[in-house]
Amino acid sequence: MASVSDARLREMAQEERAHALGMTTEQLTGRSMFIEFDPEAEERFTYPWAPEVDFNKRTEFDSSEMSSTEVNQEIRRLMAEGFGTIVIQNPRGKHSVGVGILSRLNLIVEGSLGYFATGLIDGPNVRINGRVGWSCGENMMSGTIVVAKNAGSTFGAALRGGDLVCMGSVGSRTGIDMKGGTIIVGGDTGAFSGFMMQRGRMIVCGNAGKNLGDSMYDGTIYVGGEIRELGVDAVPAELNDLDRAWLRRKLIQYGLLPERGVDHFTKIVAGKQLWNYDNLEPSEKKLIL
Amino acid sequence: MCGIAGIIHRGKMSNVGGEMTRMLRALKHRGPDSTGLAVYGPPHPGDYVMRLKVAEHEDIDRGRGIKERIKERVERVERILEEHGVQIHSKEFATPYALRYVLRHEGDKEAIARAIEEVDGVEILSLGNNLELIKDLGDAIVVADAYKLHEFEGTHAIGHTRMATESDVDIRSAHPYWAFPYNDVSVVHNGQITNYWLMRREMERKGHRFMSNCDSELLAVYTAHNLAGGMTLEESLRQSIGEIDGVFTYLVATRDQLGMAKDTMAAKPLVLYESDDLIALASEEVAIRAILPQEIDTYDPYDEEIRVWQV
Repeated sequence: MASVSDARLREMAQEERAHALGMTTEQLTGRSMFIEFDPEAEERFTYPWAPEVDFNKRTEFDSSEMSSTEVNQEIRRLMAEGFGTIVIQNPRGKHSVGVGILSRLNLIVEGSLGYFATGLIDGPNVRINGRVGWSCGENMMSGTIVVAKNAGSTFGAALRGGDLVCMGSVGSRTGIDMKGGTIIVGGDTGAFSGFMMQRGRMIVCGNAGKNLGDSMYDGTIYVGGEIRELGVDAVPAELNDLDRAWLRRKLIQYGLLPERGVDHFTKIVAGKQLWNYDNLEPSEKKLIL
Repeated sequence: MCGIAGIIHRGKMSNVGGEMTRMLRALKHRGPDSTGLAVYGPPHPGDYVMRLKVAEHEDIDRGRGIKERIKERVERVERILEEHGVQIHSKEFATPYALRYVLRHEGDKEAIARAIEEVDGVEILSLGNNLELIKDLGDAIVVADAYKLHEFEGTHAIGHTRMATESDVDIRSAHPYWAFPYNDVSVVHNGQITNYWLMRREMERKGHRFMSNCDSELLAVYTAHNLAGGMTLEESLRQSIGEIDGVFTYLVATRDQLGMAKDTMAAKPLVLYESDDLIALASEEVAIRAILPQEIDTYDPYDEEIRVWQV
């Protein structure tokens, strides 16, 4: 299959769609949890306290003299007033800005943030026109975060959903313990990226440091440049047409598609030699079942 | 968790005392126990600046008869200087327990330093043509106020805010460490060195002295040993990646250089800004923003990365 159209994907059953999107390495067994999206249970995917906001209602504020707590309180106050597009000026590397936003919002940060930027979010679209420190997007559940410059280590740690994008390079341990979603890195990534990855996908357009995908349980890593060294139980896999189609679509979406296309990407998956789900004691099996 | 910072101006003097104070103030949340700065001012041709402490900070409040003991220790230090033919150009008490001397001497500095440190309760914090090393309990503002660092002009500086984990809250365990007896070399470190005792015993067998049980001091002694053996700073930093176990990021400053090294796991943070005339690096970006509020490009150095910059 050379490519799959969106219309065709919509027609597919869940399992067929998952395979069509290249999730062939994610056959989930044992203790893995997989919550399918059920269109009939839509109300469960919004939070009752989430404010109604209007994307066309836009405001901005200068955060240079504010603490992180004050910035976050101001975001919530503005959302309660219905502002759906909020611009933060002069953040000056503050930590934990924009965390825990659980509803739709356009958040634009004009400058750089420190640690834990926009972590624990579920829904917002975030654009950071600067750099971020460690653990940007940690535990993000849905939405998008696009970082215009570089990012620190543990970018997207424990990511659960959504798209987390760094247009520049990121530090070490990118996507450590990620459980879903997509991480896209326009430049290079450091050592131990994808460490203990459990699900989701990571695209690195540049080079990857040593111990890539070390002890990964599942998920897929695509690397456009050189891989210094693979980690324990991380193995190359064949890049198939579905991978190429998905890579192209994702990279075009964020303006990161290389001129030479995606054929040169290396696909890394779990060798699954470290798995021991099938070796549970009978008593443990009972608990799980 | 500790905070480290460094700044180097290429080709000019600047208010590095004030800049480093602002950077360390921004890192206070990483370690409120003590603060230290190694600032490199203009060279004193023919002269040496010696910073030393003659008591611990807490001795002043707790020690009975401490004033008499301090007076006696200072007299003994000055007798040693006299015996070695050292001229004292100036002397000032920065605090009741910390002194700054400007000295003139042409002979063996190490012999003098070793003799001074034989005096009970006395520790040389730094000795050099450019280096002035200040460290004390409290945050950056407290220390900068006490030692009048806000206006200090120089070319480069490193600094540290300490959260004590494996050794005491005292000046002896505070950073930076002077690379005794190597003039003008200082070190700050964030991390844990797991082969500390092994390496320390090796260094002690080679004749080096340790004043504390803080693992960071090992990096200063190790660097001093390597430089004394003819290594360049870059060679010493690179060798340390293989020989020092643990998780660490550390900065080394010499008379005219600033260097950094990051361990094989890249487990300790460092953010770097580099331009043609200024390099600033710190555990967190917020420290760099304290002196460069405008939008700039920064990045995290990778595992095993070594960098050295010239003044």
